[in-house]
Amino acid sequence: MQHVSPVREPLVTGGKTYHDVTQDVCRQVEAAPNIRWMAALSVALLLLGVFFYSVYRTLWYGIGEWGLNKTIGWAWDITNFVWWVGIGHAGTLISAVLLLFRQKWRTSINRAAEAMTIFAVICAAMFPVLHMGRPWLAYWVFPLQNTFGSLWVNFNSPLLWDVFAISTYFTVSLVFWYTGLVPDFATIRDRAKGPIAKVAYSMLSMGWKGSAKHWSRYETVSLILAGVSTPLVLSVHTIVSMDFATSVVPGWHTTIFPPYFVAGAIFSGFAMVLTLMLITRVVFKLEDYITIEHIALMNKIMMVTGSIVGVAYITEFFIAWYSQVEYESYAFINRATGPYWWAYAAMMTCNVITPQLVWFRKVRYSIPLTFILSIIVNIGMWFERFVIIVTSLHRDYLPSSWAMFSPTIIDVGIYVGTIGLFFTLFLLFAKFFPVINMAEVKAVLKYTVDNGPTYTGHDPHHAPKPATTHGVPASAPVNYDKHD
Amino acid sequence: MTKRFALGIFEDEDVLLHAVENVREAGVKIYEVFTPFPIHGIDDALGIERSRLPIAAFFFGLTGLAFALWMQIYMLGFDWPMIIGGKPHIALPAFIPVSFELTVLFCCHGMVITFYTISKLYPRWKTPVLDVRSTDDKFVMAIEVNENTDMTKLTQILRENGASEVNQKEMSKF
Repeated sequence: MQHVSPVREPLVTGGKTYHDVTQDVCRQVEAAPNIRWMAALSVALLLLGVFFYSVYRTLWYGIGEWGLNKTIGWAWDITNFVWWVGIGHAGTLISAVLLLFRQKWRTSINRAAEAMTIFAVICAAMFPVLHMGRPWLAYWVFPLQNTFGSLWVNFNSPLLWDVFAISTYFTVSLVFWYTGLVPDFATIRDRAKGPIAKVAYSMLSMGWKGSAKHWSRYETVSLILAGVSTPLVLSVHTIVSMDFATSVVPGWHTTIFPPYFVAGAIFSGFAMVLTLMLITRVVFKLEDYITIEHIALMNKIMMVTGSIVGVAYITEFFIAWYSQVEYESYAFINRATGPYWWAYAAMMTCNVITPQLVWFRKVRYSIPLTFILSIIVNIGMWFERFVIIVTSLHRDYLPSSWAMFSPTIIDVGIYVGTIGLFFTLFLLFAKFFPVINMAEVKAVLKYTVDNGPTYTGHDPHHAPKPATTHGVPASAPVNYDKHD
Repeated sequence: MTKRFALGIFEDEDVLLHAVENVREAGVKIYEVFTPFPIHGIDDALGIERSRLPIAAFFFGLTGLAFALWMQIYMLGFDWPMIIGGKPHIALPAFIPVSFELTVLFCCHGMVITFYTISKLYPRWKTPVLDVRSTDDKFVMAIEVNENTDMTKLTQILRENGASEVNQKEMSKF
């Protein structure tokens, strides 16, 4: 039994039936690709071409193609790595943390958000692998003895922790996402007309039939996966932050980094979810599923995490002064007023000031403003990582080695290229996979409106009786004082 | 072996839930219920036991933890001890992140592989289903029947409990 709030807005609007949900979600999977999708894919593929060209230059001529120098050995690559991993975190937050908190509104956005997680992690993984210079030896990061001789990997190194964290995160997110997709693939399979579609979706659906026993196990698996994914997602960005925090570089050596990075990751991730969802709902006509309420709720999460990030920025400054460490103080004053002041200003404006506009209800419920705001946050979070990485490195203990960083066209090409890679994968997903979790949306469909169910079956002759379970009418809100 | 099924088709999950209880009370054995989404309370109504997958997941996680600790302690502590950053060879606090990640890795993959195996879910060329609408918007109650079954009575029981259709279907492999 479900408690139905008399004050909350419905989760799915438009008085949909179960069959409508199937129709609306399967529509773009079954239809021929439309011109807008083709146009978007062409742009994405063009950017993917830029990616391949930049990777070719990097591998053929070496890391010298990038703008790195002796002082700044980490710049755009790690900035982009952290940016992409952070974006991925919102997907896991929606699918795992909100599942544990029983937030039913997650059902219509979790599929696309999880897909975003997986594609973002793929993009993120490109950077450390390419920075190795010889990616064909990437397996050396695993615990294999060096050149299969004697020496093992160093388990004390945060960079190795990252290997374990990112690979665990990627594979776990992938199985979580796929297990959720199986029942929906079955729906598409049972509707499929063409011979290729029939075989393809039969393969993908793993013979799912929707038997009650399987659903029972499926729910157990989802719950456990959500339970372990929650600490996992927190651990991943904690470990990413330790790449910096365990060093002795002023500006990096701070204990605040793990929570600060996790909040920042969710902040940027929700911004990206909003950007993608605002486009997806219009292109695929899913406004009844991804409603304005969803957008407002995501805006709220964005504002909360953005404010946490803002507090973290201020705390860093306070501690830099309070610690009385002159190198630390200098690092922070240099950040704000040194040669990279513009990056710092961009970070502060985009991450701390503009998200506060979400306090206004009008902004929260405005689609164009939300879209602009989400793009601003994405930009701001990129600058945050750039500020942390480059401004901390460019002036360290020895003034004789102070330097500036300027990206080459290849740096830009790889970054823009991963955006192409991301959108290529996302567009293919949106065309061939159900972008909304049909099964879970159907399960919450009934309990979405003010006064019980809208759904009464298709056939008036066989309209369901007011069924009762344990003496409680199915349609009535449960009063927890009486029935528990 | 060919099996014959009587299929009660329901339009609503609450009607189905109620019907499951009544049909079982009437002494009819339900073969399986196929639904487009998970229905809360149907496990109890059908008498499906609580899944033991969480227990499996716990032990998979424990295996991962044990493996991770053994791996790190053996590699850095015994096989090739090195002093790194002035820390002891077996620097347990530094081993926490990898131990945690491998616990999660083993737990999730072990559980998911177990789930697919016990549910006999694997890629197939063709998937025969009793009613294709059961993955869309219909709730299908399947009851195995043979030539001795009183179909009129069974149909009546299903109809009385809110089934909108009662069909029969034969399946060669199910």
